[in-house]
This record gives sequence, C-alpha cells and structure tokens, in this order.
Amino acid sequence: MSLWYWLTGLLPFDWLSFAFMKQALLAVILVSYLFGLLGSQVINQQMAFFSDAIGHAALTGIAIGAIMGLADPTWAMVAFAGILALAISWLRRVSLTSADTVIGLFMAFAVALGIVILSRGGGFAKYSGYLVGDILSITPAEIRNLLILILAVTVLWILYFNQLMLISLNPSLARSRGIKVWLIEAMFSLAVAVVVTVSIKWVGLLVINSMLILPAAAARNISGNTRQYVWWSITISLASGMAGLIASYYLSTATGATIVLVSMGIFVITLGIKKLAWRI
Amino acid sequence: MAVDNKAISDKSCGYCCTKLVKLGVAFGQNRVLEDVNLHVHCGQFTAVIGPNGAGKTTLLKAILGEVPHTGHVHFIDSDGRRPDRPLLGYVPQKLEFDATAPVSVRDLFAGAAGRRPVWLGIGSSDRSRAKEALDTVKAGRLLDRKLGQLSGGELQRVLLAMAITPVPNLLLLDEPVSGVDLSGIELFYKMVSQLRRDYHLSIILVSHDLATVAQFADRIIFLNRTVIADGPPREVLSNQTVRQAFALPPEPALSFPEIRPEHKDGRGCISCNLEKNP
Repeated sequence: MSLWYWLTGLLPFDWLSFAFMKQALLAVILVSYLFGLLGSQVINQQMAFFSDAIGHAALTGIAIGAIMGLADPTWAMVAFAGILALAISWLRRVSLTSADTVIGLFMAFAVALGIVILSRGGGFAKYSGYLVGDILSITPAEIRNLLILILAVTVLWILYFNQLMLISLNPSLARSRGIKVWLIEAMFSLAVAVVVTVSIKWVGLLVINSMLILPAAAARNISGNTRQYVWWSITISLASGMAGLIASYYLSTATGATIVLVSMGIFVITLGIKKLAWRI
Repeated sequence: MAVDNKAISDKSCGYCCTKLVKLGVAFGQNRVLEDVNLHVHCGQFTAVIGPNGAGKTTLLKAILGEVPHTGHVHFIDSDGRRPDRPLLGYVPQKLEFDATAPVSVRDLFAGAAGRRPVWLGIGSSDRSRAKEALDTVKAGRLLDRKLGQLSGGELQRVLLAMAITPVPNLLLLDEPVSGVDLSGIELFYKMVSQLRRDYHLSIILVSHDLATVAQFADRIIFLNRTVIADGPPREVLSNQTVRQAFALPPEPALSFPEIRPEHKDGRGCISCNLEKNP
C-alpha cells in the first residue's frame, strides 16, 4: 500500500492528493481489470442476464447478513450468490425451461425476498447505499482481498480459458473433446457470482452489470480474434474506469454510474468503427 | 480370428472397433432408440440413414456420451482391451454459434489442442499444427478468419480438420454438409475418404443424401428407432422397407457404383474378435 501511495504521490494531479482518492484509483484499476477479463466471457457464454440476476440477488444476501447480525454482510452475500449461481446452472441443465425464464424467476424471487426482509419496520433506506455503491469507501484491507480475488480469477483464466471458449461456441463440440462442460460452467458461474457480489458495495447494484458487459461488448465490435477481444475488453474497462473516477471526482457524482456512462460512450465509438470497417 | 488380429499389427490402428450393445435412449416417455446392436470396425465408413426422428443424431450423441442411455457402448482396441475414453472426432450437423463471436479459426484450433490459454497468445507450434491440419482439408488460407466470416462449406471443412487433430479413433459426422453447395459436398466427402485411407479411420456418418452415401460409404445402416437394415449399400438400398421410407421406386432404377470396401485390403484390423470381447 505504501508503495502505491508513494507512486501516486509522484503524479502531479490535485485529485490524487487525498488518500481516499489514491485508494479509490487502485480499487478502480483492480475492479476494472477483473471486470474486463470476466465480462469478455460473460458475453461469450451469453450470461449477461445471469450476472444481472446475481447482482440483484445480493439484496437477499445483505438481508440474510442483517438477520444474522453481521456488521459486514459480504460473506453472507457471497454464499447466497454462490448457491444461487449453482442452482441456476443446475436448473439450466436439467429443465427444459429456457434459461431466460429460469434466471428471471430466480431474480424476481431473490429481489423480493431481500426487499421483504430489509424493509421490515421501514428500515430499507439504511441499505440504499448498496444500490448506488461507493468506491471511495474502500479500505486497504478490502483492496488486499480484491488482489487475492484477482489472482484466483487469473489463475482460473489461465487453466480453463480454452475450455470455456470451446463451450461457448458449442457445448457438444466441447464435450466431444473430453471437456467436462457442466464442471467448467459451474466454476465460471461461481467466479462471476463471487466477483459481482464482492464488488457491489463499491460499484452499486444498479449499474454493476453494465460495468461487466459494456467493455466486452465494445471490444467485440473491434476484435478479429480472441486475444484481441480479451485485451481490448480489459483496456476499455481500465480506461473507462479511470476516466469515470476522475470525472466523478470533479462532478461529485456516483463513481460506478459515471464509469458506465464513459464505457457507453466508448461502446458507441466502437460501433461506429465497426460500421465504418464494414463499408470499406 | 485371433490369428488375424496378431498378423495385422498396424500401428495406425491400435484401436479396433466400436461396439454398441442393446443401446437405448429415452427422453421421458419418448423412446428414441431401443435395442440397437452395432459393431463398427476400424477403417470402415458406415453411413446411418433413416427417416426424420429415427434417432440418428441421438445415436451419435449417445456414442459421444452426451445423452444418457441404457445398454453399453464399448470401445475395443486391437489387443482386446477397452480404453476408457477413445479419442472421438465430431463434426456437428450445423455448428450453432454466435456468428459475431470474436473467435478466429486459429483460436478454435489452439483452444482445442493447445494448453496455453488463447488470450495470452498462441504459440508458433500450435499455429503450425493448425495450419497443417487445415492444409489437409485445403483450408490453410482460412487460418486468421473469424468463424462468423466462413461460408457453410468452409466452416464444415474447418470442423473436419479440427475433428482429425489429433487423429481420432472414431470420427462421427452428423449430416456434416447440410446447407453446403454441391461442389462443397463433393470436396468434403473426397477429403473424408482420403482421411480414411490415410489414417485408417472408422467413420460413422449420418446422412440424408442417398446418392452420396451410396458412392462413399461401404456399409449402410437403416435406422428407425432400432436397426432395420444393415449391410453394403447395394443390399440396403434395394431393401423394400428402405425404398419405401425414401419414396424410391420399388425396383432399383438407380444404379449404384460397385463398392470396393477399402478396409478389406488386408491393412489394419479386418476384424475384432467380437466373441472374445463381449
């Protein structure tokens, strides 16, 4: 941490003169990298709706944490999201109902349950912070946990990325090459669930999914192969993360939402590039 | 029979036959396949034909282990052993995938064969292996194209190249050229026949196209929930049930070329001793 303070101290920016901004910048970089990496596969697996549902399910996790009297409901949230993720991927496998319906069903249930529990006695306002998120509140201990998470996801990405890519193209094809499709899918769903839930506090439930999806969607417009795709996704995520943080500092707006607006802008630009490339 | 097995110790054919015993598949109450018994030998090009809904694709999926089934699927090598999981090559009917997916042909190969994660770059050995495989199906120039930019025939050839890298024990083709133009179909089957000669592959092909099947396969199985007819193309295609199912005139008006099954040329496994390997 002190290395980071020293490094950022070298930069001649006013907005970096506060310790909380230094921490926030580091957090934004870490979260953006993680989201860029994960988002690329969330889109490939056509799981955008799934990750949205997981984000919303965090409400129930918070509620369970509150019932259990936990000061920090993160673990309750992670556990609940993990169970939900596995339940959804299991149901997708065994039932003939379309994935959309299954996910929609669970999402509505989780959100309703969360609101019912949290609003007992009219106390919902207390939790509304989770809806918008606040990256400026991140602590050094949380940054350390984030680093561990990044390491875990990166290792997962090195070991299982190829399998995941084949599954996203065609599960039967993947199976014919000896890939354990359900295992990899379940692992991936779990990774998405954990990352989304852990980050909700800083990014906010309402915009977290856009932050996951938009950079990858933009990268898709301008990539000719998988390597370009993943790295563009990470780059766009990092760029919009940092630009959004700085903008939100000067405009006094919620950081997560500001980041999403920036990435939306980048998405529109890449769409234009794609259209131009088509015409040529 | 056992003597034959010993006499022929062709390394290209360590694998010997695929044996289905009383195979059945049911989706809920709907029994799609029952009591299917089949032996498919090494080097044999077997075509499975049958009406729509006869369970042809399901048969392949059962062999792939993708749908739960009753009965057994045995893979037996020339020593009579049963390797747990032989290498299976599979070319699906029509690869359903998101055409905008940023996946190039090279990514597909490297992802299927290489250990190195594609997003960290593709090694030069993976690259040259992919190029080599694509060259065998005359598709080397497609290496850097996105999958969504390939024509139907090109995509099927790429999938064929992928299915034979590494050379599988058994190649499963599920109507691999539906939606491909005539010249593409011709090219595809010529490649498959060439591969069979070169690698002594056993191939199971599901197809609707009787003319092609008669030309290239050395055995035809008429499937309708179970095996109705099984034999060389001439025999099966003059079977009355088969002719009715395909609305052919009762007497064979079409003349099919004489078939010279290449697996009987003394190379590779002519037989696997089925009595010895129940």
